Amino acid sequence: MKPFTKILFVASFVALSTFTACAGDTTQMKKPSGQLLPDVDNAGLKLPAGFGALVVTDKLPAARHIVVNANGDIYVKLEKLKDGSGIYRLRDTNGDGKADEMKGFGNYIGTGIAIKNGYLYASSNQEIFRYKLNDKNEVANTSAPEKIVTGLWDHHQHSSKSITLDNNGNIYVNIGAPSNACQVKDRTKGSPGQDPCPILDSAGGIWQFKADQMNQSYAQGVRYCTGIRNIVGLDWNNETNDLYAMQHGRDDLHRLFDSMYTDEQSSVLPAEEMFRVKKGSNFGWPYCYYDQFQNKKLLNPEYGGDSKKQDRCANVDQPIYAFPGHLAPNGLLFYTGSMFPEKYKNGAFIAFHGSWNRAPKPQAGFFVVFVPFKNGMPDSNWEVFADGFAGTEENRSSGNAKHRPCGLAQGPDGSLYVTDDAGGTVYRIVFKKS
Amino acid sequence: MFKFFAITAGVLILAGGSYCASAQTKPAAKPKTSSSIPAATMQRGKVVYESECLSCHQANGQGVQRMNPPLVKTKYVLGDKKTIITVVVQGLDKPVEINGETYENVMPAHPNLTDQQIADVLTYVRNSFGNKASAISAADVKSVKAKIK
Repeated sequence: MKPFTKILFVASFVALSTFTACAGDTTQMKKPSGQLLPDVDNAGLKLPAGFGALVVTDKLPAARHIVVNANGDIYVKLEKLKDGSGIYRLRDTNGDGKADEMKGFGNYIGTGIAIKNGYLYASSNQEIFRYKLNDKNEVANTSAPEKIVTGLWDHHQHSSKSITLDNNGNIYVNIGAPSNACQVKDRTKGSPGQDPCPILDSAGGIWQFKADQMNQSYAQGVRYCTGIRNIVGLDWNNETNDLYAMQHGRDDLHRLFDSMYTDEQSSVLPAEEMFRVKKGSNFGWPYCYYDQFQNKKLLNPEYGGDSKKQDRCANVDQPIYAFPGHLAPNGLLFYTGSMFPEKYKNGAFIAFHGSWNRAPKPQAGFFVVFVPFKNGMPDSNWEVFADGFAGTEENRSSGNAKHRPCGLAQGPDGSLYVTDDAGGTVYRIVFKKS
Repeated sequence: MFKFFAITAGVLILAGGSYCASAQTKPAAKPKTSSSIPAATMQRGKVVYESECLSCHQANGQGVQRMNPPLVKTKYVLGDKKTIITVVVQGLDKPVEINGETYENVMPAHPNLTDQQIADVLTYVRNSFGNKASAISAADVKSVKAKIK
C-alpha cells in the first residue's frame, strides 16, 4: 500500500470508529461508499490485532478456489452452478470492497482457478480450460475457452482438481485418489491394501502439463510426484521456484483397526502433511502415513503396519510440516504482499475446511492458519490467523459449520481473500494499522 | 440445529415416557413406532452405530456436506426396508442425491456384521435423529441377503 493510501485508510477507519461510537447501533449503519473498511463485526471473524475483514459477497454457492487479477477483478470457481454458471467475476466499482457487479460464465462445476501470463485458467473435475484476457485485462470471450487438459480421472471421491502454474510455461494439477487407502474394497473392514496400488498410475499425485497446448491428457502429461492421497490446496512458490502442496491424510484408523488405534488417536492421526514437491517425489500413500507424535512415516495397517512399524516407509519423501489430522487443508497461499506486517512476507496461509472424521470426538478446523517461512521452509509454529467461520462452538464440534474456508487469494493491494464453500461467502481481510 | 435436536430429543423422551405410562393399561393399542421399539434393541443398535456408522454419518445422523449422506428423514432410510438393508449389506459406490445435494463418498459393505447386528442398527437409525419407522428384524435381513446372493 502506498503511504498516502495508508494514511487515508487509517484515517477513515478512525473516523468510522468515532462515528459508530456516537451512533450506538452499529449494525444499522451504512458505511460511506468508496472507502475500503472492515465490516463493523469483521464479517464475524476473529483476527489478530490490527486486521479487519469484510464480506465481498455472500451469494456464491460452493465457492471453491479464487484468484484476483491485477485490476482487482475477482474470479471464483464454483462447485455448484449458480444460474447456469460455474465461474463468477466479482467487481467492486466504488472501492468499498463489496462486489457491485457479478458476472457468471463457464457452464461447468469445479475447483481450480488461476491467472498467469494473460490467461485465466479454470478446471472442471476432468478438464482444464483457459480464457484469453484482452487489453483491458478482461476475459475476451467467456463462451469459447481453449481446452488444454482433458480426460482426467473423475471417480467422485477426491475428484476436485486444483491448479497452479510455474514461471516456465507449465501448469500443475492434482489428481486425487478415489480411495482412502487403496484397499481392494474401499473403506471396508478386513479388506487388504492392494500392492502395488493400481490407482497410482492415473491418480494419487500431481501431474504437470504445458500451459499452452490443447487437449493434453495422461499421455502428454508428466506425473510430477506420486504417493499422495488427495490435494486440494497447492501453490507455486516464486521465491523458491518450487511447488508446495497440502495433503488430506487418510481416514478411519480406529473404525477399521480398533485394536491398534483408540478413537482419541484416530481423531488426530494421521497428520495433514505439507509437501515441498520436487519432480519425482514420492510421499508414500497408500502404503505410508505420517505420525506427527513419532515424527516419522509409518506403515499403514492395510499393508501390515501396527502403528509403530516403518518398513518401506523409512525411505519415502518427508513432509516439511505436519498438522493435526482431518482438518482438511483446502487452500494454500504464499503471501508476497506488502499490506500485512513483515512477518507474513513469504509465509504460508492455509485454509482448513474443517474435519468430519474426528467423530465421536469434537470436530476441528474451520479456520485459516499462518506458518512463518524462511528460505522456503517453515520457520516457527503455526498460528490461527482467522477463526469464527463455523459460527457457534456447537456448530464447530458437531461439524455443522456455517462457513467452511476453502480458497485463498491475494489482491493487488495485499488484501487476503478467503472463500467459503458452505455458506457461499467471499471474505476480504485487510490490515488496518501500521 | 441444536435447538431442533434438543426439541426432537425432548419429544422422543416425552413419547417414551407417555408410552411407559399407558403401556400398563392398554399395551396393544400402540402402533409399531419408535416408542414400541424395545430399549434393548435400541441400545444394541446404538453400539453398532457408534462403531460402524458414526465416523461418517456423525453423532447426529446429519452426515457430511457433499460427502456422506444424512440419515435424517430420507427415503433411503425410512422407505422400503429392502433398500436400506441392501445398502448396508452390499455398500454403495455411486453418488446419491438427497434434497438437491449430491453425496460422493463410498459406503462400505459390512461383511463383519451379523444379521441381528444389521437389524439392530437399522432399527436404531430408523428410530433416532427424529426418524420414525418400523423395526427391521434379523429375518428381514436374511431374506434380503438371500435375494442378493
